[in-house]
Amino acid sequence: MMRKTFAVPGVIALDDLLAGFPHAAACLDEGFKIVAVNNRFEAMTGYGRDVAVGVYADFIVRSNMGNSRGQVFQKVAESGEAASIEGDIINRSRKKVAVRFTVSRLRTKRGGRSKGLLLVLEDISGQQTSSQGVRLGGGRASDIIGHSPKMQAIFDIMPLMAHTEASILITGETGTGKDKIAETIHRNSSRGKYQFVKINCGALPPELLESELFGHVKGAFTGAVRDKQGMFKLADKGTIFLTEIGDMPLPLQVKLLSVLDDRAFYPVGGERKEKVDVRVIAATHRSLHDQVERRVFREDLFYRLNVLHIHLPPLREREGDIRFLLDYFLQDYATRLGKEVQTFSESALVHLLAYPYPGNIRELRNIVEYCANVCRKQDIGKDDLPRYLFDRLPVSRSADGLPVKPEPTGEVMRAVGDGAKKEIPITPATGRRVGGDNWTAIEKEMILQALTAGKGNRQKAAELLGWGRTTLWRKIRQYDLA
Amino acid sequence: MKEKTKILITAQGDFVAQRFDLAAEVVIATVENGEPAGKSRTIIMDRPSPEDLCNMIMEEDIAMVICGGIEDRHYQFLTWKKIEVIDSVIGDYQSVLKKAIAGDLQSGDLLLLARGDLSL
Repeated sequence: MMRKTFAVPGVIALDDLLAGFPHAAACLDEGFKIVAVNNRFEAMTGYGRDVAVGVYADFIVRSNMGNSRGQVFQKVAESGEAASIEGDIINRSRKKVAVRFTVSRLRTKRGGRSKGLLLVLEDISGQQTSSQGVRLGGGRASDIIGHSPKMQAIFDIMPLMAHTEASILITGETGTGKDKIAETIHRNSSRGKYQFVKINCGALPPELLESELFGHVKGAFTGAVRDKQGMFKLADKGTIFLTEIGDMPLPLQVKLLSVLDDRAFYPVGGERKEKVDVRVIAATHRSLHDQVERRVFREDLFYRLNVLHIHLPPLREREGDIRFLLDYFLQDYATRLGKEVQTFSESALVHLLAYPYPGNIRELRNIVEYCANVCRKQDIGKDDLPRYLFDRLPVSRSADGLPVKPEPTGEVMRAVGDGAKKEIPITPATGRRVGGDNWTAIEKEMILQALTAGKGNRQKAAELLGWGRTTLWRKIRQYDLA
Repeated sequence: MKEKTKILITAQGDFVAQRFDLAAEVVIATVENGEPAGKSRTIIMDRPSPEDLCNMIMEEDIAMVICGGIEDRHYQFLTWKKIEVIDSVIGDYQSVLKKAIAGDLQSGDLLLLARGDLSL
């Protein structure tokens, strides 16, 4: 059995040394088996120290740094020269994380015998995004794009928010980029070099959510076969992003409030209070005011989270950004797909600029992806647009966020793009509510129609939709149409 | 397990390869009535490619894939194709195969390694 720590004789215990590292780090012995890891290493790889210690490091790290047969480790151990390599790992959550690996030799003292290696894994996913030439809103280091006055106001306030420690509440319709704003604020804050941990409060049943957030001790419930650190502990010194906070069950809201006040919590079934230093950013597409009035969200928690507030405007209110985003995503997809598509024709733009995008940027991006796949010329024409853009009337949103068709005004909708304004006639509508008639429903219908037209053949359906087979199977699975 | 099924293990040397997308070698075992049928086949691929590997898995009519780290999109694709995927497995592939045939293998399993040294 491996010792969990080894000490440089009479000097320091490795666990204590690694705890102070700002990145994931592990100490390896002379055979390149893991001797000690820090919390960040556990968070990044998904392997707890109880599993990782004593195992050959490559089995746990699962990198692409060219360490086949331990070549990199061997070279560093022999030469004493540290190696720094950029690559990635695949963690237990099946996520690929871009990482800068630094491997250096550990010795007992100057000229002494090699005791092993120090392996440091720096998460560089944030740096890669900005270095890959993603255009930046207002020239800021993020991949959020927009020139509209409403977005500019948000870009102006973001650096201020990054430099405080207060909790932030981000609201906005689905697809407006709440996650990206949260991550950008974290990356630009003093906590940026630590973990950004995201958890969807609406995706897990209450019991599981509590365990995910706060961890549990061995034996706390059936199946708790070992201690598990929760997301709050893994985000220590960093930021935890609680998305869909409006869906958090009331009993957990009490516990969250307690963490925000005391900076400490009890893991499920635990008797020892865990201290954490975490900044909380929460997001929701719901109106928390309404939730508070309906008594499904605690008022005190609302005020505690709503210290700083960002409301992301829906795309239809971002004057001029639609055209900008259309061009941006077209350039992106054309490059990725190796297509010569360069721009949108006037006839296509008329429809694209008039469409209200209830699914916001996510929907716009999907439409552009469709166009880039379907188009066989340099200009995207009206015929290259998804059919549903013509089938459906523009919809607006009611106060509760549900799509509502506009009242029959007989007026014209003003579409603004590229500085030029166009008058687009709108067919009078009935004004009835069409709850559920959103992007998801439309996309589901498109898939079903394509499958019907292709007589169930997915290859044909994918061709009809202008998607790859992989995209089709992913969406069929996503919408449970299999 | 069906009467006659095939199990594919991504391999590196004697061990389950750390990553599905970087595996250039696979071991395919046929299992009949809960027993190995003949010797396992080892296939060396032209180059590591997760897409080629997914295609091979479908062409070979594999029922179960055993691997180390795998990206979610490949995992989702294979499970959507009704292929059982047991991932994050650490161990020598022969012991892993035995355990899989016995129906005892689970994702995340770390087997006591048969070889004393872990050098690959």
